[in-house]
Amino acid sequence: MLKRWRQRVTLTDIVVWAIGITIATAVIYGTIVTWRTGRYTPEQWISLTIDGLKLGGIYALIALGYTLVYGVLRMINFAHSEVFMSGPFTAVFLAMYLDRIGFYNTHPIISLLLITIFSAAVSATIAILLERIAYRPLRYAPRLVPLITAIGASFFLQYTFRGMYGNDPETYPTLHILKGVINIGSFPVPKSDALVIISSMVLMLILYSIVQYTKVGKAMRSVSEDKEVAALMGINVDRVIVFTFTLGGISAGIAGILYSLIFGQVHFYIGFIPGLKAFTAAVLGGIGNVVGAWLGGTLLGMIESVGPNLFLSGLGIPAANQLKDGIAFTILVFILIFRPQGLLGERISKSKM
Amino acid sequence: MRKDTSSHWRLAINTGLTAGGIAVLVSLVGFVATFSKSYIIQGVISIGELILFIPVVLLTYTSIRRFSTTSLQSQAGFSALIGLVAGVLLSLLVMIGTAINIREMFLNASPALFELLTRGAPLPLGLLVPPLQCILVAWISLGIFRLSERYRKVVLQGILWVVVLGTLRDQILLAYVLQQEPIYTILKNIIFAQSGLSLLGTLVVFALTASLSFYSSGRKRKKLNSQTPQQQKYYRLAFFSGIALMMLLLPQMLGLFFTEILDTTGLFIMMGLGLNIVIGFAGLLDLGYVAFYAIGAYTMGVLTSTGLGLFDLTFWQALPIALGVTWLAGILLGLPVLRMRGDYLAIVTLGFGEIVRLLVLSDWLKATLGGTQGIQRIAQPEVGQLSINTLQELYYLILIGIAVVAFIAWRLKDSRLGRSWMALREDEDVAEAMGINLVFTKLMAFSTGALFAGLGGTIGAAKLTSVYPHSMTFIISINVLVLIIIGGMGSIPGVFVGALVLVGLPGILTEFQEYRLWFYGLALVFVMLNRPEGLWPEARRRRELHEETTELVAE
Repeated sequence: MLKRWRQRVTLTDIVVWAIGITIATAVIYGTIVTWRTGRYTPEQWISLTIDGLKLGGIYALIALGYTLVYGVLRMINFAHSEVFMSGPFTAVFLAMYLDRIGFYNTHPIISLLLITIFSAAVSATIAILLERIAYRPLRYAPRLVPLITAIGASFFLQYTFRGMYGNDPETYPTLHILKGVINIGSFPVPKSDALVIISSMVLMLILYSIVQYTKVGKAMRSVSEDKEVAALMGINVDRVIVFTFTLGGISAGIAGILYSLIFGQVHFYIGFIPGLKAFTAAVLGGIGNVVGAWLGGTLLGMIESVGPNLFLSGLGIPAANQLKDGIAFTILVFILIFRPQGLLGERISKSKM
Repeated sequence: MRKDTSSHWRLAINTGLTAGGIAVLVSLVGFVATFSKSYIIQGVISIGELILFIPVVLLTYTSIRRFSTTSLQSQAGFSALIGLVAGVLLSLLVMIGTAINIREMFLNASPALFELLTRGAPLPLGLLVPPLQCILVAWISLGIFRLSERYRKVVLQGILWVVVLGTLRDQILLAYVLQQEPIYTILKNIIFAQSGLSLLGTLVVFALTASLSFYSSGRKRKKLNSQTPQQQKYYRLAFFSGIALMMLLLPQMLGLFFTEILDTTGLFIMMGLGLNIVIGFAGLLDLGYVAFYAIGAYTMGVLTSTGLGLFDLTFWQALPIALGVTWLAGILLGLPVLRMRGDYLAIVTLGFGEIVRLLVLSDWLKATLGGTQGIQRIAQPEVGQLSINTLQELYYLILIGIAVVAFIAWRLKDSRLGRSWMALREDEDVAEAMGINLVFTKLMAFSTGALFAGLGGTIGAAKLTSVYPHSMTFIISINVLVLIIIGGMGSIPGVFVGALVLVGLPGILTEFQEYRLWFYGLALVFVMLNRPEGLWPEARRRRELHEETTELVAE
């Protein structure tokens, strides 16, 4: 019996590895072909890398929310994508108002700060409400129950915002100071991209030090180790969880503003795909790990922007960019299969999973 | 004592704030204005107003239960306070909305909305209208609360029917059976008004349903006890054959509009039965279920479409191939994800679903799968000389499909395999220790689920004679998931109930279509928080969930 069982497991292993190796070969082959044909100039590669970095920074900021919540509650906060959407979708009205009274471009930095704070506040509020209303009563429920609730909350929020602000996309007014390029060496980088990359890095640093060096960060980490013991040590678990959601909400709200600096438009559905990718990033880096979120986000952003051109076009696939989301999800699937603990994560024991 | 009253004050104010907050939200989301013209009772109450006041009614009702004093006066004061607070919030909305223009942000904060909220009264005086209305509504809720249990049930039953019939006025009049002359005229001119029920109709409906419910509530228990098992079996048989006959006659009785909805609902039932095996029986949360529907539909399309012209099979030739392909796809997805559990599995399957959608959308596979344009001119099934192509004929095809699928699911449920699935759902490690082959069991769950969705996909493709990548979105997966969960995970009748409520009803209520997903989300959260076993729960699951809560309380 045991022998038969073992044989079956090796069969699944073989299938999984076969799929993995096929994909790896295809990627390597595609890369070689692309390099040898010299399809893109170095400038194009650099610009793709910058694209990847800025997307990666945004993914990392959103991924932080997933990671922190997963750390303390061991649940995928599926509605985090809507936390991300709510901030910029609300702040766009403030931006439009500031633009109308002529404040927006006369005091660009103050306006940018204002809308960022506003967006972060809205996202954090939504995150806190979500925790309070939907997740707290379910803290000890069977595992699938909170996840399903989160899915429900996600749709509820999406369509609430759609109902309130309308179906059509809203456009952020342009900030004139963010037009144009900065030259790094001889290479021009769009100013908005530079802003996004730098601010996402700075923010990640700040958030990392909050989690790592402050008292409440320490409490957060201990709650994620063991809720009961943390409570015995005098940590107010409820408050720590609320703080976690707040932190995740703030970073998502700021990420939302950065996102809209790049894409310009916001609507009620912008959360879904970035949310899913940010979750991928969190898993890629090792869920529950703040540095992992940053690493995963950056890597994913890079793979997504460079990848299609690097190996898919080498394989002779037309319009490879259409498949960039496909690449992200394939990575997600394979990371979860081969290394569910992610790049930086520790092996999660079965009781925690 | 003093502390007690102050906590009552706080409870009332909190409840009022919550109810008012929800009412404001509902107004801003747009229900009140959108449904202000669809009356339930002509000239008295519209669907919009009903949605506006539901939070006040429900929250008053639930918080009175927590209010310890039973004297009518203090209860009346208590609920009045709730209504007052809720109403003041609504008045605030009106005040803010008329003082400054928030229209640019909140699309629905229009003068029309404020006029509805104040019932058209001029402003300073109109601000009194929402609180007064809310207090009145809270008192109605209190009145229902103070009825004895039996009468409460009767009254609620009557109200429910009034609401249902009033809401469905237009659709009921579309049904073929009711379009015979005397009935139609009576219905149209006496029971129903221009929109919703007439006053007289309301009285008739309420009296009829309430008295029926009163009558049956007194009799039910006695009747069941007096029957021998033989008789019960007989009754059950008669009941089911009655339902079967009804099902056969439905499209003729109801006409095209309803048949279309029944067809769609039927496809969802098929998918639901499949997903029910994966989630409900085996406890594997699959969020990319639409992928299998897509694979079934696309295989059918590729094999039979004369538009693509790759193969030129008939529907019946392509059917086994398409089913085989989806079955294989189920196994292929099942293999790698075997080692995952819980929420990771959910995300991987979601990723899988998205990958399938992106692949069929891409230009890369355009030659075979049609890219964004999808596949047209898919063959429809033929029986002898007869081509099954009208909605009514397709209804029977779908009905046969459902019957087959439901039968398989029902037989599987208590089979050896079915019991292994349940064991897997309860505890994977224990199941393994008991000698259950995890690999085989999980693969069977995935592939059977995939097969059912594939069948749905093939029939769906034949129904539309086309497939589009845009109809294979994540939302479909969620749709199926929601109907299982609302119906009751693991329960086969639950799938039917869920599909009728969540696919059939929004299909009938066309004006609700836009808000369908809002209600889905709300329903998911609400059901998970209050009734995780669903509307028609499976016996075992109900026991389990309630055991857990009692255990928790004990802790």
